[in-house]
Amino acid sequence: MAVAIQCRDLRKTYDGKVEAVRGLNLEIHAGECFGLLGPNGAGKTTTIEILEGLLPPTSGHVSILGHTWQQNEREMREWLGISLQETRLSEKLTVRETIELFASFYREPRSSGEVLEQLQLTEKADSWVGKLSGGQRQRLAVATALVSNPKILFLDEPTTGLDPQSRRQLWDIIRAFQGDGGTVLLTTHYMDEAERLCDRLAIVDHGQVIAEGSPADLIERLGGHHVVEFALSSNGGASAPGILNETWRTLPSVESVRDEDGLVALSVKEPHLAIPALLGAVQKQGRALEHLTTRQASLEDVFVRLTGRHLREE
Amino acid sequence: MSVAQETPTGPVLQKPTTVRQNGRWSGYRHLLMARMLELKREPEVVFWVFVFPLLLALGLGIAFRNKPEESIPVAIVAGRGSGEAQSLLARAPRPEPFKVQVLNAGEARKGFRLGKFDLVIEPNGNGGVEYWYDPARPESVLAKTQVNDALQAAGGRNDVIATNAVASSEPGSRYIDFLIPGLLGMNLMNSGMWGIGFALVDMRQRKLLKRFVGTPMRRGDFLLALASSRLILMIIEVGLLLAFGVIFFHMRVLGSIAAIAFIAGLGSLTFGGVGLLTASRAQKIESVSGLINLVMMPMWIFSGVFFSYERFPAVIQPLIKALPLTALNDALRASILEGTPLTHQWLRLMILVVWGGISFLLALRWFRWT
Repeated sequence: MAVAIQCRDLRKTYDGKVEAVRGLNLEIHAGECFGLLGPNGAGKTTTIEILEGLLPPTSGHVSILGHTWQQNEREMREWLGISLQETRLSEKLTVRETIELFASFYREPRSSGEVLEQLQLTEKADSWVGKLSGGQRQRLAVATALVSNPKILFLDEPTTGLDPQSRRQLWDIIRAFQGDGGTVLLTTHYMDEAERLCDRLAIVDHGQVIAEGSPADLIERLGGHHVVEFALSSNGGASAPGILNETWRTLPSVESVRDEDGLVALSVKEPHLAIPALLGAVQKQGRALEHLTTRQASLEDVFVRLTGRHLREE
Repeated sequence: MSVAQETPTGPVLQKPTTVRQNGRWSGYRHLLMARMLELKREPEVVFWVFVFPLLLALGLGIAFRNKPEESIPVAIVAGRGSGEAQSLLARAPRPEPFKVQVLNAGEARKGFRLGKFDLVIEPNGNGGVEYWYDPARPESVLAKTQVNDALQAAGGRNDVIATNAVASSEPGSRYIDFLIPGLLGMNLMNSGMWGIGFALVDMRQRKLLKRFVGTPMRRGDFLLALASSRLILMIIEVGLLLAFGVIFFHMRVLGSIAAIAFIAGLGSLTFGGVGLLTASRAQKIESVSGLINLVMMPMWIFSGVFFSYERFPAVIQPLIKALPLTALNDALRASILEGTPLTHQWLRLMILVVWGGISFLLALRWFRWT
């Protein structure tokens, strides 16, 4: 499969002190939707801006469709569509004027009418940008990227702060672009977005890729298939949580244990083996269950398992 | 932006279709158009760039209009000899327009301190008088001289030289004639610095500059479009203010329109360059605002906008003349008021070119798009 975006041993150090990216490797294939997933401050935006050629890396190698920014910047710009994390477009231009302005920079752009229609902005074509809702603004930002008829679409947190309906609209647009053969690289800190949209993703933390694969693959490899969460009633002076956690770990089919203030989450391969054993162990301790649920493992569990932190934690 | 829209037929197209080819200057044209539309839709811009200078010219023109000669208020301290002094003043050969009040010493001095009188006359009782005046107040000095002349003439002094005074307040030498070219220069500086410097930092803060460099936009075209929009505005600014001066204050414009437009255009670009330099690194509009004011402040004071810089000490005159706004104001005044040809103004024009050119080159080196 052709490689659309590649970077090797990417590093970025700000002011000689802050290491935002520390040796990051990625290989994104043409036609796939690839996600960079990670908490705020993980280095996602720095990474994507280096790939977009907007920020020079401190060291490392980047190539886009086989070309490098040093050699062929102007030509490469024709192939990319970019939506930055926060661009405040001019409020006193209309939607159509804004799209026309961006279209004018490219040699062979798409017609703005077509893009307006695709992004459901036709009704708003003559409204000032300042009058748009958050979802409409975000669609406009994506429209300014799509009007160039790009081969690769870069989206930095495209749905942050949007209502559920606007998020779905954007997902549909991204899928449609991919369906036409386009390559997408997006960053997000939403698990559901990554799970639904991305063919493959890289989990980024502290400027490094800590896991990579398809969402299902990552969950399978790292999350266990199921999560059993329970809490014990607090009667009796019982054993310290550390010792208890050791007990849970030895139960059949349990892969990992996480204890968050008394709420224990077990990563479990086969719940029909683990749950009866768990009930037996609780009884043996002379305790009672206060709460018990099971659910499918998610990327969130993968992330917590890898980093010990939740994605949305600051 | 009325590019013909070719609406796709049928529902949403599955395949994006390329429907047009853009030429070399398409980006520049759209950038310029977008800038002009934005300015037009910003009522504050219209006010500060076009209306405010007119209001300033109107206000100052009225405040400093050539008034008929005013009477000079003087106080005579009541006592022995005050009546004589008063009748002497009234008997002066050319009756000066004195407004005389006779008061006791305390009240007279108090009135003088408050600026109610320009001069206090205190008869010494032996036919002589004592003048109280303030050497730092021009009108007080004038009052002393005039009162003294009047008293001496009334007392029988004979002038040995025959003199004749001719009053002159022709268009061309009035305050408003001095003021309007100064306002023009100041306005070109203001709008150049704000129009370029502030606009750029605002776009940088909004990450719009970064978004633009993420496209194949030519950076030179972007700056060129910004400069072009300044020149278009400049023509309107200068035209309005000059027309205003001509219509309301019967100002005479001696220089050619082409020469004035050339000087104004050069000034506009010079301050555009300085504005670009000011904006080359700043990330926040607050910091660039401070910087712009810092750069402009000395020129408001020294460059002869509202009053002639000849009043400053001779030592700093060369420095003042090296400021770009001084060169611009002098060039505009010489061209508008005296019709001096451009060839006689090459030094002033060079000063502008050097300021603008150096600023522009430094700005290109330092400018941050992100």
